[in-house]
Amino acid sequence: MDEKKITPLEFEKPLAMLAQQIEALEKQLGTGLTPELENDLHRLNQQYDQLKKSIYSNLRGIDHLALARHPQRPYTRDYIVRWDPQWVEMHGDRQGSDDPAMVSGLLRIFEFNVIVIGTQKGRTIREKQHCNFGMPQPEGYRKALRLFRHAEKFGLPIVNLIDTPGAYPGLSAEEHNQAEAIAVNLRELSGLTVPVISIITGEGGSGGALAIGVANRILMLEHSVYSVISPEGCASILWRSADKVAEACQAMKMTAREIRELGVADEVVSEPLCGAQHDYDFTASQLKEAIGRHLRDLSKLTPKELKKDRLNKFRKLGAFIEGEVKPMGIA
Amino acid sequence: MQRIEQIADPYTFVELDAGLSSADPLGFVDSEPYPKRLVEATRKSGLTESIVTGTCTINKAPLALGVMDFGHFGGSMGSVVGEKVARLIEHALAKRIALCIISSSGGARMQEGILSLMQLAKTSAVLQEFHDQGLLYLSVLTEPTYGGVTASFAMLGDVIIAEPGARVGFAGRRVIEQTIRQKLPADFQTAEYLLAHGQVDMVIERARLKDTLSNLIEFHQHPNHSNPSIPDESNGKKGQALSTR
Repeated sequence: MDEKKITPLEFEKPLAMLAQQIEALEKQLGTGLTPELENDLHRLNQQYDQLKKSIYSNLRGIDHLALARHPQRPYTRDYIVRWDPQWVEMHGDRQGSDDPAMVSGLLRIFEFNVIVIGTQKGRTIREKQHCNFGMPQPEGYRKALRLFRHAEKFGLPIVNLIDTPGAYPGLSAEEHNQAEAIAVNLRELSGLTVPVISIITGEGGSGGALAIGVANRILMLEHSVYSVISPEGCASILWRSADKVAEACQAMKMTAREIRELGVADEVVSEPLCGAQHDYDFTASQLKEAIGRHLRDLSKLTPKELKKDRLNKFRKLGAFIEGEVKPMGIA
Repeated sequence: MQRIEQIADPYTFVELDAGLSSADPLGFVDSEPYPKRLVEATRKSGLTESIVTGTCTINKAPLALGVMDFGHFGGSMGSVVGEKVARLIEHALAKRIALCIISSSGGARMQEGILSLMQLAKTSAVLQEFHDQGLLYLSVLTEPTYGGVTASFAMLGDVIIAEPGARVGFAGRRVIEQTIRQKLPADFQTAEYLLAHGQVDMVIERARLKDTLSNLIEFHQHPNHSNPSIPDESNGKKGQALSTR
């Protein structure tokens, strides 16, 4: 992507201002070269690099959130087309719908034929509306389910790409049983005997994300986030103020590193220095390398072992205290 | 707990995993620290967590039973609820007995963050094994059941029963109204609405729940049984029971 066209985020503004100063100075340099100007330019460029490193090594949860939601961040289709330009798209839930918020297809990734399923946000206003801003309907989850079964039938590994604010909270979605669509996916994913890798590329929006997130390996891009509720929702419920989003982000520990520390994510995949929006190709190849590596690892397991590995991964998630038994007196 | 008394045969309920209590894995503080909220919740409800699990008999049939309580921390599911549900299912699997979970919940517990979300996957994964073994899981949806509980074990029953008027859904009414900017029908997300939209098998009032559960267990555990004994709607008489145990 053209560097100049990337929208700076709030926390990136000091960097953007410095970049403008440098640009202005470079223009001056064009009209007459002096040693002072050259020095100033050199100094400014150094400052710029230092500021960049400093900002990006001190990101708060809310900064990662802004990057995860950056309007120019790569989406599922951007990755798919880079991994396999010849990919074959698969459409429909076979029951009357083809949810544009859920993309699926057949891909070749290195030596593997894989089924790729992912949520899709839209780029233009029209696309966004068409894709419900990346929030799948029950039909989208049932489309994913159809492809899970397809993968299982043919012994094909599954790669799920997750970038969604959550499952769509609409009237028709509730009528068509959004909750059941998610629940069934959770159960069915657990029973598969093929390798499953889920990658959070942007926002991991709660149950809507988990419905394609029950995997043998969970990867997260460096600036992606994963949470049980949006930080806005959490702030308004627990802090009773929509302004407390930064506090909610921090408390919920939703960044990729924190999710890995909590034992949920298996790997954090690095992005280009200022975020994936600056280099689609690099980010795609980072993910492709990680996918290849994990698929090679997982191909050492038998189908039974793959199922058991996935069950064990989720069976041991949770923090609790085993106290002494205090039985209730029930007559 | 009243619910347990209404369903279990007298003196048969044995609680499981009563000693499990919540930890504070995120060190969560909003306006109060999570550990303080936990103490408050127990003081208010008298329970250690939002679900009580155990075994009992129901009209002499063995049953693994879990009962959630909205009065404890809004029935929210954190690690302990997820672990208790998982262990209850594993127990039912090991003993090859029927399973019944009575749900009531505002959803996943925010204070345990991503670990609460993972309980959806954990409970559903253990249910997958149970399901694979051809064992019976009866899910009862009570007022209110929302969010992560609905989107996991509550909607995975072989038979799903809702109580009259109970509100059950994934997203809350207000969130939906804000999203679609339309007013929703008055009966939206009620048991009757769910029934009309094909989401539950039946709507059964509390007084008839025990017999309904018991008859379903009997029916499914005797596949050669030709006459299912479900209480008659109009006069409350039972159909004829032909089974021999």
